[in-house]
Amino acid sequence: MAQRPEHILGTDQLGKLIEALVHKGYEVIGPRLRDGAIVYDNLESVEDLPAGWTDEQEPGRYRLKRREDLALFGYAVGPQSWKKYTHPADVRLWSAERQGGTFRILNNESKPKHPYAFVGARACELAAIAVQDRVLLEDKYRDPIYHQRREGAFVIAVQCTQAAAPCFCASMGTGPQVSDGFDLVLTELLGPKGHRFLVAAGSDRGAEMLTELDAGPATEEDHQDAAARVEAAARQQVRSIDTTGIKELLYENFDHPRWDNVASRCLTCANCTMVCPTCFCTSVEDVTDITGNHAERWRRWDSCFTQSFSYIHGGSVRTSAKARYRQWMTHKLASWIDQFGSSGCVGCGRCITWCPVGIDITEEVRAIREGGKNGNP
Amino acid sequence: METLERIIAEHPFFVGLDGSFVSLMVSCASNVRFEAGTYILREGDPANTFYLIREGKVAVEVLAPQHKPIIISTLSVGEILGWSWLVSPFRWKFHARAVDNVRAIALDGKCLRTKCEENHDLGYEVLKRFAQIMEQRLDATRLQLLDVYAVRR
Amino acid sequence: MIMATAITTDPMLPQPYSVREVAKETPDTFTLTLEPENADKPLFQPGQFSMLWAFGVGELPISISGDPGLNDRLVYTVRSVGQATHSLVNQQVGDSVGVRGPFGTGWPADAARGRDVIIVAGGIGLAPLRPLIYHVLRNREEYGRLVVLYGTRSPRELLYRKELAAWARNRETQVLVTVDYGGLGWRGHVGVVTTLFKYARLQPASSVAMVCGPEIMMRFVTRELEAQGLGRDDIYLSMERNMKCAVGFCGHCQYGPHFICKDGPVFRYEQIRKLLEKYEL
Repeated sequence: MAQRPEHILGTDQLGKLIEALVHKGYEVIGPRLRDGAIVYDNLESVEDLPAGWTDEQEPGRYRLKRREDLALFGYAVGPQSWKKYTHPADVRLWSAERQGGTFRILNNESKPKHPYAFVGARACELAAIAVQDRVLLEDKYRDPIYHQRREGAFVIAVQCTQAAAPCFCASMGTGPQVSDGFDLVLTELLGPKGHRFLVAAGSDRGAEMLTELDAGPATEEDHQDAAARVEAAARQQVRSIDTTGIKELLYENFDHPRWDNVASRCLTCANCTMVCPTCFCTSVEDVTDITGNHAERWRRWDSCFTQSFSYIHGGSVRTSAKARYRQWMTHKLASWIDQFGSSGCVGCGRCITWCPVGIDITEEVRAIREGGKNGNP
Repeated sequence: METLERIIAEHPFFVGLDGSFVSLMVSCASNVRFEAGTYILREGDPANTFYLIREGKVAVEVLAPQHKPIIISTLSVGEILGWSWLVSPFRWKFHARAVDNVRAIALDGKCLRTKCEENHDLGYEVLKRFAQIMEQRLDATRLQLLDVYAVRR
Repeated sequence: MIMATAITTDPMLPQPYSVREVAKETPDTFTLTLEPENADKPLFQPGQFSMLWAFGVGELPISISGDPGLNDRLVYTVRSVGQATHSLVNQQVGDSVGVRGPFGTGWPADAARGRDVIIVAGGIGLAPLRPLIYHVLRNREEYGRLVVLYGTRSPRELLYRKELAAWARNRETQVLVTVDYGGLGWRGHVGVVTTLFKYARLQPASSVAMVCGPEIMMRFVTRELEAQGLGRDDIYLSMERNMKCAVGFCGHCQYGPHFICKDGPVFRYEQIRKLLEKYEL
């Protein structure tokens, strides 16, 4: 929990917070209901939040259901993550013009007009942002596109007070308790005292915002109430990954029969990599216009599940679904540790929900750890 | 003859073989020369001699109708040419042509074969050594077959 | 002394280089000499690569195959196997090609000083090794024996023929060449490159080996080097995988936990020994 003092906000004050951010020139992004899911999109006011909705998630299943109350954040995570904004799916890197006998690169990568304000970031999502920071900002090179969109983003985190069935952040050490990486953190308190939010600042500008909103003080009872709800979310989790020695486990089981087992189910549809908040792979596409005088380079999301991902002249290295699934899971849970010093998985459970055949990464790890010779647990 | 004895006795193929036997081999050995372009052995001919190359390069090749001669491999200094003398039906399967001027020691394969039949311990030692040569040649041939430098589309 | 590599320009943006020469090596392989159009001094370490961009067509990783002692040009040997390489080999003198880089780890020229250097190249794998050969020959006193073993498909596909002969004339330098398929008129060796070891004058205990070629070839060459007595920390390989960015972001070039664009392409054998054994890694 933040060391700074805790306050209370009412829903109208939350509304003022969003308006203040818009007024200060932020492009405010938060959860909205669209197409039968809770997705991230622009927020103009507190009315845009999916009040009174919750989600039911299982492997390969996602449905929205009405709640009995009007909670604004009474659901787990949806199919999108903040990488939609920080690491966009489709972005132009630069364009070039032919000039004389040569060419000129116009270093004109597309830049967003306003800094972002992210409303409703969960603990697993903050952990995912930190993971991507290590990949895209803190390694040998720095990605200017990610840097531009990420730095300066105003983050309003939300403590989870309930978990969906696929969630396993507790076992990954990434949640449900939010620890850092935010400007403000909210815990929704819905009860006899009305619809309130326990709020604490995580930064100076967050603290300033609270002063501007004239947030009232929180009581010890409020603090305990909030803590209990977050603990409940942790206890509610039914899934887990035992990460003890997981790197060696996966490195040493390259030929485990379980890979054939999962390969017989995996469609290599790449959904998991699209919804995963830490997956960062991209591809580039060089295009030119009809005259051939104007060229552009675009970057778009790619997935190690595609047939051509590992293509070198003559053919792909990973042709089988088995090799591709194994690559994704081994990278996410094992190689990532060698590459970036932490796991690539934050336990958000999205890959479990959005897999059309319901492959459960926690189950696959268990099967390899405990499994018998035929690959079945 | 003294040089010949040393060369034969020290060659990896003969090292460890019974001393009296090695002397016998030496007594049947002779220095031979082949001019560049001449054939040292021909496909189909009886295989009774094998060679220890001392100088020059030998091309093992196949002569097929409608084809120019196809070189399968080349052997050079220190290598042994020919093993068909040890394996029934004791006939050469390929041609071997001297690419440049070749000097070699010719060894009596028929004699060695007969001795192996009489003395199975000796036979085992000889076959062990040839099995190693054959394995190396087979490995190399398999790798050649892979055509690793070709462009695959 | 290998000059330090500094990426003086933004590694994400291609710099325009002018084509000074296109030399045909074989029916499908050409060597391009490029000169910077701005004031850049293109420095690189032997073994490094650039991302070459054909305007509007595409970009790919190509090893630098020129002399690291010449800092006014970059030389690349390109085999035409697809759209982008086809475009590159069909550049005319005066055309502009985009260059990003150099990227990656180079051959351990410093670690090899004072020792014998064994270079084993297969096919176009000789291209990323040529800068190292130039370096060793230019600094001949700093190295022991130099042995170059080069195998390719057929005599038609030999690269740098005249240079191979010239290199052999250096002090304590041996250059052995073999082909998988000998043609009429070929009076050299026929057989895979490992068959050349028996003719090489080697001192395994004091040797360092640098290997580049198709992965299968590197596997069987490494086995032979070990059989000859070289240690696993004295053998270096140059690996290859699909690359889109060359700066560790696109994720394509991963090989186990390694990004070939920044942890490689040159690896110590011991670093990747277990990975080489794995199929479809």
